[in-house]
Amino acid sequence: MPIHEKSLIRPENLVTHERLVLEGVDVSGDWSTFIEPRVVTDYNENLQDEIAALPGGEFLHRCWQCGSCTNACTVNAINPDFNPRYWIYLVRLGMEEELLRDKDIIWQCVSCHKCTYACPRDVNPEGVMKATAHWLELKGLTERKPSMLFDEVFSEQVFATGKIEDGRVLRQFFAKTGQSLFQDWLVALVRSFVRRLPLGLMMRLGFAGVFRPRTKGWARSSAAIRDHVAERRAEERRALGLPAGGPEA
Amino acid sequence: MTREYKRVAYYPGCALEETGHAYNRSTKEVGKALGLELVELKNWNCCGAMEVKNIDPKVETYLSARNLAIAAEMGFEVVMAPCNGCYHNLKKAEYDLAADPATRESVDRLSQRAGHKTYESGSVATIHALDWLKAAIGEEGLRRRIRNSLAGLKIANYYGCMYTRPRHIFPEKDKGPGSESTAKPHFMDDLLAAAGATCVEYPLKTACCGGAHTLSDSDTSTRLVLNLLEGAEVCGADVIATECPTCHTGLEIHQVRAEKVFGRKTRVKILYFTQLLGMALGLSARRVGVHENFSDSSDLLKARRLG
Ligand code: SF4
Ligand code: SF4
Repeated sequence: MPIHEKSLIRPENLVTHERLVLEGVDVSGDWSTFIEPRVVTDYNENLQDEIAALPGGEFLHRCWQCGSCTNACTVNAINPDFNPRYWIYLVRLGMEEELLRDKDIIWQCVSCHKCTYACPRDVNPEGVMKATAHWLELKGLTERKPSMLFDEVFSEQVFATGKIEDGRVLRQFFAKTGQSLFQDWLVALVRSFVRRLPLGLMMRLGFAGVFRPRTKGWARSSAAIRDHVAERRAEERRALGLPAGGPEA
Repeated sequence: MTREYKRVAYYPGCALEETGHAYNRSTKEVGKALGLELVELKNWNCCGAMEVKNIDPKVETYLSARNLAIAAEMGFEVVMAPCNGCYHNLKKAEYDLAADPATRESVDRLSQRAGHKTYESGSVATIHALDWLKAAIGEEGLRRRIRNSLAGLKIANYYGCMYTRPRHIFPEKDKGPGSESTAKPHFMDDLLAAAGATCVEYPLKTACCGGAHTLSDSDTSTRLVLNLLEGAEVCGADVIATECPTCHTGLEIHQVRAEKVFGRKTRVKILYFTQLLGMALGLSARRVGVHENFSDSSDLLKARRLG
């Protein structure tokens, strides 16, 4: 894949001499700029297989690097470092160290599916973003990111009761990420809302803590789902060469 | 269209029981006003939204397959989901079950272990509230029933992500005149225009509100929403009409957050399209749950003598 990556030319690899005279010609400053050659030796040959083994990463191998995903991407528009096409390139070549430079932004994919819509090869780049973020966490290369914590709080509630109560998801998520429920904007929102709220709805929201929504006859579905997820988790850990167990979802 | 739309199965989903209750209320009220019957799925479960698939996509498919199986068992051929997330997941399950044998196998196994009938793919058609009103009443039918025209109201119609993307799970879209477009959806525009409103040209109608990270990456969501709100104002809209509880609540939350955290105030109102349609049909603001929205649009509604 002959892709020329400007981002591989980094300031630390650029060399300029303040004062340099070669054979009587003054080439000081920008005239003498050259780029240090970089030699990559630390390929991770398993990188593509490992990410492809995680949910969403399955079709990674189809990518032909057209860049439509990055071009369409919502997050790329507000942060040019967020580059799905580039990350897929790195994963396919096994350039783990390069990938790790962006480890703290990959989770920010908002699942808008603009990339999936644009991709001519059915790679499902959105899924690859999730798989890559997941891989980083499973390998212990990043701390747990808020989005994964949110996914877990949310899914746990679905697995347990069959339904979601959003107030509870919010409280648990804030508790898990150590955020205060009394952030200015949230307080302002609730205040303006409560002012106009009829008693009936207030009661309903208040009582949601007591009468939690749940699906009747969910116990067997719940057990089936938990078994399935545990099996999948074990498979994933095997595929990544990790010991069994570890932090469970 | 040969299917029966006057009486369909109704899958409200979790959000419509809580933060999106106004959407639930207004959808039912509009149905009632138009003589359409909604029969709620018995013992439905959460569709998994945008979260469960990141834990395990097969489980997410199972969640929707269970809901579809319930619709089939209740004897319905059509299930209507007003929430984009639910709608998207039911559609995706339908697609994956038909196209991917591995998914089929996992879902069959899960259903078996859970002790219920597995869903026979292709037996129930999933539609959105927009499809429902277009198919069951249509613009002409609606026009005849308008009692309180939205004339003069400028609306930016916001459809978000899940209603059109990815395209392959919506085989009935992009089929030429009369069908919905995934690049430039127009069903909501059509319905609200029939109710008398002026739908402004809004290029951000399928842009993303960051709903997946409303809480986990609030700054990104606020930036995305602010763009939608300011964009709508630039396009001359008084109101953004929504058709998804996640988008709707996201827009409301981040309108406040943009003001409090970024110091950027926007005035455009945010209402569910069913609330606007309901008021055009002569229902009061209260009947369509305007008081249950987080954002306050009473001044606009008063000025326009709506509700
Ligand atoms: S759009 Fe698809 S094929 Fe093109 S670079 Fe992105 S993932 Fe690869
Ligand atoms: S789904 Fe993620 S990667 Fe794809 S366009 Fe949206 S933000 Fe970008």
